[in-house]
Amino acid sequence: MTGLIEETTHPEPMPDPEPAGGWTGALRRRIFDAMPPEQLLPDTQPSYVASWIYVFGVLSLTAFLTVVGTGTVLAVKGAAWWHVSGTGHFVNSLHLWSVELFMTFMSVHLIAKFFMAAWRGKRALTWITGVIALGASAFTALTGYLIQQNFDSQWIATQAKDGLNSIGAGAYFNTMDFGQMLIWHVALLPLVVAVVVALHILLVRRRGVVPPLAARGAEQEVQA
Amino acid sequence: MSRRRPHAEPDPYSFGSRPYDLVKEFVIALVAVVVLTVVLAAAFSSPDVKPMTIAAWATNDPGDFTTTALAELDGGSTTAGYGPPYNSAAAGQQLGPLHIARMAGVTHPIDTVDAFVMKPLESVPQNPEVTAAISTWKAASDEQQGTWTGAYSTALGKAGGDPSKVAAGSYGPVPLMLAQLLNQAQAGSLEGQLMSESGFYHSDYTLPLMFLADGSDLAAEAQTQHLAGTQWGMMNEVNNFPGQVWLAPYTFWYQISPYKTSGNGDALVWGTMGVVGAVLVLLPFIPGLRSVPRVIPVYRLIWRDHYRRQKQAAEI
Repeated sequence: MTGLIEETTHPEPMPDPEPAGGWTGALRRRIFDAMPPEQLLPDTQPSYVASWIYVFGVLSLTAFLTVVGTGTVLAVKGAAWWHVSGTGHFVNSLHLWSVELFMTFMSVHLIAKFFMAAWRGKRALTWITGVIALGASAFTALTGYLIQQNFDSQWIATQAKDGLNSIGAGAYFNTMDFGQMLIWHVALLPLVVAVVVALHILLVRRRGVVPPLAARGAEQEVQA
Repeated sequence: MSRRRPHAEPDPYSFGSRPYDLVKEFVIALVAVVVLTVVLAAAFSSPDVKPMTIAAWATNDPGDFTTTALAELDGGSTTAGYGPPYNSAAAGQQLGPLHIARMAGVTHPIDTVDAFVMKPLESVPQNPEVTAAISTWKAASDEQQGTWTGAYSTALGKAGGDPSKVAAGSYGPVPLMLAQLLNQAQAGSLEGQLMSESGFYHSDYTLPLMFLADGSDLAAEAQTQHLAGTQWGMMNEVNNFPGQVWLAPYTFWYQISPYKTSGNGDALVWGTMGVVGAVLVLLPFIPGLRSVPRVIPVYRLIWRDHYRRQKQAAEI
């Protein structure tokens, strides 16, 4: 087989329909060059992508959207709604279980990508954004527990503060400040996760799915 | 000096391709996840154990409340001796030679005598006896205050923590002040008084939570719910619900020495997790570690169809 990166058989990208000057034209050309529509929304995929393990990527994304959707309902109704409403409690349950699914799917996805050495072929940034997405999601989940307004929140807030204080972070991030944690949970951290996830997906589409190990040059080191 | 040229990875499509409907896959996955979420929520619901109130604590365990309030008054509580970011009573934890907590400074100052005892007592009209007790306390020297609280602490200990059984003695205004604080707590007004110390608008529960955590009952309830640190509590949830299971790699360190025995345990765990996190992020650039997947043949299972096709093609 002879298909090195220079000899790609991937469909040719569409040319920029209206080459134009100026900053806007330059930006458009750059976007088209980096991410042609066929690459962004492909209708074919490499033949080796034939395992159920690949499903955990899209499952992670859809679980994230479910987390955001259920969280948005809770945010619209207010932090205390789920304590006084049966419907609210059910929406809170949806939020909890979508988070559990999201973190499970993402963990399986990350472990699978490790065993695929998925950082090969200039895919290091894809790996890095994936790890950051997992870490940022875990931190977002922590702030979610802190704004539950129940015994969990009390205990977790008074315990988590010790870890954060030990490295000076407690000076800026107070787990017992409900107002601060609410804003971090419903605004700042979801934005961070969304941006990192979006970047991760764009990188996956740009670089493609990593080829099988040992397919070529089995002796080569698995480097980025 | 020659530089090794990185190996070029093959183009994914050089292995052949097959039709793929990305949007259809996404929609099916979304529907599946939503349905699974609804089923799990309907089947298992979610936990909501009511918060522990200071009123309930003071009513159910007046001895622990009084002992805690006394510790706030004599500087013996956890909060009083915490260090940064609440006060300068201790240096805070350190990571190797780095006193990071101290470098960050005292950003949320808490004077336990004022915050937990004097301000709540002074925030409401008191009867003449209590007013006189407060005045006596404020007029006394630090040494005199220490003598009173020390004597009362000893007597309270002998009485098994029950303020009603404390023998008569020279405790100054301390018993009366603490009894009135207990009254306010049992009446349910102390929480509001602690919260209102931050002004008209308040969303910061630092004071009532620190006060609760200085007592024994919050930790005892957590122990009952298997949420304590020594019980892998960080990843547990009340009533056996799944909790933050993904924190297992973090809470693991708290179960072993030196992390669980060191006075700098929290800082050590954070330092360790910082290294682990950095290794995970930078894995693609770490020689040796990045080659581990080649040694563990899980990839042969993932791409078994591909390898089978390769083998068949070679045989032909």
